[in-house]
Order: sequence, then C-alpha cells, then structure tokens
Amino acid sequence: MDVKKELLEKIDEAITHYPESKRSATLPLLHLFQEEHGYINDETVEWIADKLGLEPINVLELVTFYPGFRQSAPGKFHIRVCRTLSCAMAGSEELMEALCEKAGIDRSGVSHHHPIAVGKDGKFSIEFAECLASCGTGPVCLVNDDFYEEITPMNAGKLLKKYN
Amino acid sequence: MADIKYRKGKTPHKREYRLIFRNIDREGWDPSLATYEADGGYQMAKKGLAMQPGEITDEVKASGLRGRGGAGFPTGVKWTFIPPHNTKPVYLICNCDESEPGTFKDRYIVHQDPHQLIEGMILSSYAVGAHVAYIYIREEFPEGARILETAIAEAREKSYLGKGIFGSDFDLEIYVHRGAGAYICGEETGLIESLEGKRPYPRIKPPYFPAALGLYMSPTIVNNVESLCHVKHILEMGGEAYARLGTPRNTGTRILCVSGDIKKPGYFEVEVGKVTLGELIYDICGGLKEGRKLKAVIPGGSSAKVLRADERFIINQGDEKVEIGVEDIPMDFDTLMACGSMAGSGGVIIMDDSRSMSWVLNNINHFYAHESCGQCTPCREGTLWMQKITDRITNGSASPEDVETLKSVADNIEGKTICAFGEAASWPVQSFIAKFHDELVADTDEANADSVVTPEGMLATADLK
Ligand SMILES: Cc1cc2nc3c(=O)[nH]c(=O)nc-3n(C[C@H](O)[C@H](O)[C@H](O)COP(=O)(O)O)c2cc1C
Ligand code: SF4
Ligand code: FES
Repeated sequence: MDVKKELLEKIDEAITHYPESKRSATLPLLHLFQEEHGYINDETVEWIADKLGLEPINVLELVTFYPGFRQSAPGKFHIRVCRTLSCAMAGSEELMEALCEKAGIDRSGVSHHHPIAVGKDGKFSIEFAECLASCGTGPVCLVNDDFYEEITPMNAGKLLKKYN
Repeated sequence: MADIKYRKGKTPHKREYRLIFRNIDREGWDPSLATYEADGGYQMAKKGLAMQPGEITDEVKASGLRGRGGAGFPTGVKWTFIPPHNTKPVYLICNCDESEPGTFKDRYIVHQDPHQLIEGMILSSYAVGAHVAYIYIREEFPEGARILETAIAEAREKSYLGKGIFGSDFDLEIYVHRGAGAYICGEETGLIESLEGKRPYPRIKPPYFPAALGLYMSPTIVNNVESLCHVKHILEMGGEAYARLGTPRNTGTRILCVSGDIKKPGYFEVEVGKVTLGELIYDICGGLKEGRKLKAVIPGGSSAKVLRADERFIINQGDEKVEIGVEDIPMDFDTLMACGSMAGSGGVIIMDDSRSMSWVLNNINHFYAHESCGQCTPCREGTLWMQKITDRITNGSASPEDVETLKSVADNIEGKTICAFGEAASWPVQSFIAKFHDELVADTDEANADSVVTPEGMLATADLK
C-alpha cells in the first residue's frame, strides 16, 4: 500500500506520543487513515498492524468496536445527528427525517451493524450519534468536522446548501 | 471580576460564581496563549512548581474538591492512593470524554480556555509526579482536539511544557488522544484500555484501581477536565479559602448544565449546594415553557435516578430531620444522594407534563443498549432486553406484565457487572418504574398478554438488532 510522505510523517510523529507502547498509537493511526480515505479497509488494517508490530485482528477489533470507524465509504459529507434524550426532546427525529428527505437519503436499510445511510449520488451520508455534549442547544449535528446547534427541520435545507 | 465583559446575551446569571467559566463567552477572549497570559495565566503553574509536590496535594485535600466527572470522589484523596514506594512511571489522564447524556461543560473549557486546562494539568502532574499526561478527548470534538494541540504547541514553544519547564527541573509532556465514539471510554478503566490501543473493556476493581494499576499497569490518576481546572484555582485561593465556597463537604463551584423542557437552557457555574433545584429551574433558567408544569428531573446525567415533581424527601439539616420537596433540593453531592439520586456529572434534564415517561425511558434505554461494551452478560443482554421492552411499551404492543419483567431485568444487572455502567443503565429503569409505574402500565394493554415475552423467549429471539 502506498502511503503518502505527508501522512507517513504524521504517523511517525503520532507514534512518539506513546513512548511506553506503540500499540497505543492504533487509534490515532486509524484516525489518520480514515481522514485520508474516508474509511478503513483490510489493507489499512494490515498496514497498521505491520507498522505497530501487531496482529491484524488487534487493529480490526478496534474498527469493529468503535462507532467512529467505518468500513465502507461514507458520503463526501457525513452527517451525524444527535439522537439522545435532550436532542430528541428538541426534535432530532424530525430533523433526521428532514435531512434525509432534502438530501435524498433512504434510511430503511439501516441497522446496528450498518448505521450509516448514503445518498444515491454519494454526496451526503447520515447516521444517528449518541449525545454530542451540547444538550442545551439541541437538536445538534456534525457535518464532517463542523458542528451545528439548534438546527430545526426547517433549517435542514439551508444547512445542506452549505456543502457542495 | 467587575472588569470582565461578556458577549451579548451571554452575561452570567447573577446567582453564578464564575471560577472555571470565568473566560467562557468573554468579550475579546480567544484560546491563544497570549490572551491567557495577558490575563495572568500560568502564574500559578510557576508558583506551584516552586512548591513541594506534597504541598499542592495538601491544598487540594484541604479544598475538599470532589471529582466533577461523575462519582464525586475527593480529588486530593485519590492522588494519595499512588503506592508510596512506587518506582514505575506515574501517568495523569484528563478525562475529556464528556459523553454522559445531559452534560456539556468540558466542551466549553476545551474550546474556549484550553490553557486553563493545561495549567491545571501541569500543577496536577507535578503534584502526582507524572512526566507524561494524556488528554483523552472524545472523537466528536474534532475542533476541540485541534485547539488543544495548538495550545500544547504554544506552551511547549515557551518551555511551559517539555524539559525543565519554567526553568525548574520538572519535565512534562502532554499529548492529546482522540477516542472513537464509544461512551464506555469515559469510564476510567475503559479509557485506559482504549489508550493502550485495545477495545475499551473496563477492568475489574479491585485489583485494577488506576492509582495503583492503571495505564501500562503503572499508577495513573484519571481526573475530569473540570476537576483539573479547579486545581489551579485552589492554589490561587488557598485550599481553605476555596473550601469556604459552596457548603461543607460539598465545596467550591461546579457547572450545572440544564437542558430539556426549560425556557433558558444552558450552563451555569454556581457554588455547590448554594442553589436549589427550584431556584435553578425558575430563577436561573426562567422556568418551564408557557402553560407547562414540571413533571420530572434527571439531576446528574442520564444515569442518575429520576426525580418526580411531587416527591417528598426527609433529609438531615444539621441535627434535625426535615421534609423537603424536589424544588428545595440544594444542588450538592450529599443531598441528591440522600434523595436517592446523584449529582453525577452536573447534567440536569428537565421534563414537563407534555412528556411521555415511556418515551423518555425508551430513549434512555436505546442509549445504554447501544453503548454497553458487551463484556458482562447481564449488561450486554439486559440493556438490549430493556430497550426491546420499552420499544414495545412505546409502540403499544406490550402487556402490563412487561413492566414487571423490565424491572426484574434491571434488578438483575445492578451490582452484577464489572463496571458502573451496569448501574448507570439500570438506575433509570428502576427509578422510572418506581416513580411512574402507573403511567408505564397505562401504555400497555391486557390484550397483548398472549404475546408477552418471557426472558426465555427473549433469549430465543435475542439478536443484535
Ligand atoms: C459508564 C461511565 C461513563 C463515564 N463517563 C465519564 C465521562 O465522560 N467523563 C468523565 O470525566 N468521567 C466519566 N466517568 C467517570 C470516570 O470513570 C472517573 O470516575 C472520572 O473521570 C474521575 O474524574 P474525577 O474524579 O475528576 O471526577 C464515567 C464513569 C462511568 C461508569
Ligand atoms: S457493565 Fe456493561 S459496560 Fe461495564 S464492563 Fe460490563 S458489559 Fe461492559
Ligand atoms: S442529547 Fe444531544 S447533545 Fe446531548
């Protein structure tokens, strides 16, 4: 697998944060690759295992455990809508519906193992997230790394328009 | 504090006492080191490093500071649990996982005042003898992680971190470690496993108390973001003076996060125990929405047992026993515990009379079923059963008997698991049933009795959704 020089530098730097155990760098490395590729594939798992002197399963078991890692490509813009109590009280279910409708995403195939729904054109993908620690300004959501508060279903279209 | 101006509409309520949140929403404030230093920042770190480490711990003990992450354990006492003749490296970990539903305070410290946290961590690391410290930050704070990285780089540049900081012979590196979306990483031993690059399966205590056997089996102190920030203010004020804030045994200030059915939700830093729940709701947060009445309050994050608006409690006041209502509860650790709930993480969730308690409980059950790490059978299976039962209650396919099954499932999780997540998941169920039993039953139907699902039946149909 070809790893760009820039990414490799970041990887080597991240490993220095864990003088006691290289294994600790697994999560940071997974993040770096996911930022680069959008998701984690088998090749990446093997590359990281090799780099850190681990078995591939040591890496794969993290990918499958942590909701933050994906094994297939999300949309260009990945939306996470908070589902938890305060946001639900503020209408996050309705927000989810509005976003899906406006972005042309069908969530009917979503399950525990496949929480993410991707729109047909691949522009947006969406999933529910648990409490995003901004419960006083719900409903809240993340679009890639951008955080939005008090997004009503009426504003859903406006929010999506920011992304092209 | 008179000279501080806050951004429009963000002025603290007059009942607030801003120590940790002094600079949050402050006019002209930014997260840079220059701004922090111009305001007197890092002076306490300089002063602290000239003291003996034990003196800092003594001040923290004298302050009575109790952890702001959830359990309310005295911080100074925790620090002294590091084995006295330890020869291994000691680690400090800042718990910035902030994922207890209803809690939103650490996010503002990290995003707006990162150097306050770093200064608190320098002092705390020095006190406990740590030369490497980690900030474990939840993945859903990408901006926060970048701000912290920048702040650390700035501090390093000035030799406030690194080798021989502030010209002393104390070395300290702080690293940011991002989680990946799992609530259980907030539990300190789950966090440690995660930081070791493993699945965040909590460790059993004993023997794995982090202060003795933590990160890489070395002594490790895990403290919440807010707790670590307090250390700076304790040194600044002196432990004893700090202890005069708040109420006895419940000292200092803490940030309460209010959300749900309330006119003005938000974060409010108040002296611990100096504000009652009623004052918080009606004076500080402007009361309930028009025409609505209070129905229930979750006072300390979603794991805390729910309080019903018309409940009465008998508590000790000095030598006397007095009867109080929900609105009279002072927001401190001990009274909330005496009332059968907990102050927890400071997340206060308000529910008015428009809310269905079946719906609320179902939402909470979904959270715990999703977040169980799966290590212990009672928790892994039980949280899913509980979710399935409240799914049925909310969609009208449950029978009254289901409510009793729900209770028995919760009762069989509590106290039977490796970590406190088991309690966190069962307390909501137990308390909602204890306090809103009839309402839950009213959402069921005798007509569904034939389709009642027994634990055996559940096992047969148990799938992972
Ligand atoms: C399931 C579970 C989740 C937790 N989540 C958090 C969290 O997000 N942030 C936090 O600071 N503490 C959390 N805690 C508490 C930590 O285990 C630990 O007690 C705390 O970080 C200690 O810091 P303190 O003494 O400063 O409060 C959690 C505990 C449990 C059982
Ligand atoms: S109680 Fe639940 S979350 Fe805690 S270790 Fe057991 S299965 Fe995991
Ligand atoms: S419930 Fe949505 S941010 Fe907490």
